Amino acid sequence: MTGTLTVLRVGPGVTVQDGGRPGWLEYGVSRGGAADRLALAEGAALLGQGADLAAIEMAGMGGEFQADSDLRIALTGAPMRASIDGAAVAWNASHLLPAGARLAIGAAQRGSYGYLHAGGGIQTPQHLGARSAHLAAGIGAPLAEGDALETGPDNGRTTGLGFAPDNRFEGGTVRVVASLQTALFPKAELKRFEQTTFRRGARGNRMGVPMESDGEGFRPDGARTVVSEVIVPGDIQVTGDGTPYVLLAESQTTGGYPRIGTVLPCDLPLLAQAAAGAELHFRFIPLEEAVELERAEAEWHEGLRSQCFPLIRDPRSMTNLLSYQLISGVIAGEEDVL
Amino acid sequence: MAEERVAAPVPEIRTVGVDGMLVSFGSRLSEPANRAALAFRAALAAESWDGVEEVSTSLVSAYVRFDLRHLDHAALRARLGALLAQRDWYAAELPGQRRLWRIPAVFGTELAPQLPQAAEAAGMTEAEAVASLSAARVRVQTIGFAPGQPYLGELPEAWDIPRQTQLTTRIPEGALAVAIRQLVLFSVATPTGWMHAGQTAVRLFRPDAEEPFLLRPGDEVQFTPVTPEELQGLRRDPLGGAKAEELS
Repeated sequence: MTGTLTVLRVGPGVTVQDGGRPGWLEYGVSRGGAADRLALAEGAALLGQGADLAAIEMAGMGGEFQADSDLRIALTGAPMRASIDGAAVAWNASHLLPAGARLAIGAAQRGSYGYLHAGGGIQTPQHLGARSAHLAAGIGAPLAEGDALETGPDNGRTTGLGFAPDNRFEGGTVRVVASLQTALFPKAELKRFEQTTFRRGARGNRMGVPMESDGEGFRPDGARTVVSEVIVPGDIQVTGDGTPYVLLAESQTTGGYPRIGTVLPCDLPLLAQAAAGAELHFRFIPLEEAVELERAEAEWHEGLRSQCFPLIRDPRSMTNLLSYQLISGVIAGEEDVL
Repeated sequence: MAEERVAAPVPEIRTVGVDGMLVSFGSRLSEPANRAALAFRAALAAESWDGVEEVSTSLVSAYVRFDLRHLDHAALRARLGALLAQRDWYAAELPGQRRLWRIPAVFGTELAPQLPQAAEAAGMTEAEAVASLSAARVRVQTIGFAPGQPYLGELPEAWDIPRQTQLTTRIPEGALAVAIRQLVLFSVATPTGWMHAGQTAVRLFRPDAEEPFLLRPGDEVQFTPVTPEELQGLRRDPLGGAKAEELS
C-alpha cells in the first residue's frame, strides 16, 4: 500500500536522496545522491528493502513528519534526538510510525547528515533516472513545510530492529589514493599533507568541504595551471590559496585546480559526516589496497541485514551496548518490541 | 590556461580515484587532442566492455569508470592500450550523429555588457568582434562544470585573450562568454572570469523535458546576431530560437 508522509516543519537542509544518478558526467551532471551512502544502506537493511530506494537526508537539523497511514520508518546516519508523539525513539533503528502520529527529529548530536527512511521508500518523481535532489544542478528542491511525499508500496512488516553504530561521526583518518595529478605535488608537500591535522571548515556542503589547518597552504610544483579535467567524488582539489577542498557527491563535473589525491569511496561517509571543526587526517594507501577495501565494503553493505537485531531496550539508555548479548541475524517478530 | 609549447603529444593512461581511468591526448587544450578524445570516447562506447559503467570526455581526455568487482586495473589498462594502438586517434574522424546548431544571440548592449572590453582585448572594433564571433563555427569540445554547459572552440587566434582576474559576480543563464579561444554558453547563473560578450535565450538543461540536454559533445554551433527585441520574443521558446540540422 502506498501512503503519504507530510512535512509539518523542517530544517533548511532537508532533501530527498537516493544512490544518485550515475551516467550523466558527459552532460555536466555529477552523480549526487546521499552524502553518507552507508547510512542509506543501513536504513534499507533495517527495513529489509532495496538500498536503491530514496530516503530523506537531513543536514544538521530534522523536522516534524506525519503519515496518513501506518508507516514503517528507520533512522540512520548522524544521531539526532527523535520522538513519536513525544516518546523518545532509538536512532539506528526501525519503528512503526502510526497513522496521524507526529515524528519529531531534532538537531544532530554528532555528525552532519541524519536519514529518515520509509518502508517502500520515498517516491518523489524521478529526473534522469533518480529521485535525488541535486540543488547545484537545479534538480528538485529542499523539503518545505506542507510538502506531501508519497511513499511506495511496502511489503515488509518488521519494525523494532536496531544495530550497533560505528564511529564515523567525529572525524578521524581517511584513506587516500594518488590520482591523476598527485605527481604535480613535490614529495615533501605530500608528506606534509599526511602529517597535517586538518579541521573540517564551516562552509562545507553537499558539493564539498574545505580542510583548514594552521600551517601553510599546499602547493604543486611550479606555477603551472592544469587543463580542466574530470572530477570524481572524493577528489581533493587544492585551490589558489593552498587550501585542500574535498569534493563530494554534488560537486562540479570538471575542474582546473590540481588535485592532490582522492578519498576512498568507503571513507567518504566519515568525511561527509565530520561536523564543522572535527579533526581529520589523510593517509595515502596503495591502489591495490584501496581496491580490496572497496570490494570488502561492497560485501559489508550486502551483509548489513545480518547485523540488525531486535531492540529490546532503547540502545541509548544502555551504558555499553556491546556488552549486551545481541541476537545477530534474527529477524524480529511482527510486533514493534520497543 | 597559461600554456606551454609542448612536443607532439603522446596519449597517456592514468588512474582517476579508485575506480576510474583517464586516457589523455595532451596536457593542454588543442584541436587535435580534443578531436582524439571525442573519437576515442565514441570507440569506447562502441566496444561496451563488461564492467565499464560510464564513459565521458573532458577537453583532451576520455574517462572510464568501471566496476571493481567485474574488471581490474591491469586488464582495463591493457585493453585501453590495445585500443589506443589500433590507430592514430589524432587523425580520427569525429564521431557521427553530430548536429549543427544555429543559436540567436544579442552581442553587446546592456544584455552583454563586456563586448567592448572583449573586442579591445582581441584588438578589434566592436563591429569586427561581432562579425568574427558570429562567423565562427565552433564545436562543443566538452560539456561540464554545470549541467549541459558547453565549452565551444576553437575561435580564431585573436581571441586568445585571458580570463579576467576579477570575477564577474553573476553572469546570467544563457550568457555567451569569451576567453582563451573558447566560448562558454552558461546553463546556470554563476560568478565567472569569462567575458560576457553575448546573450542568448537558450535553456541548455531542462530536467523535465524528454531530451533534457540540448547539446552533445561534438555538436557544432554558430551564433546568429539578433536585436534585444528579437531575443525578447524568443524567450517564450525553451530553445530560445535555436535550430539544429544533422551533420553527416
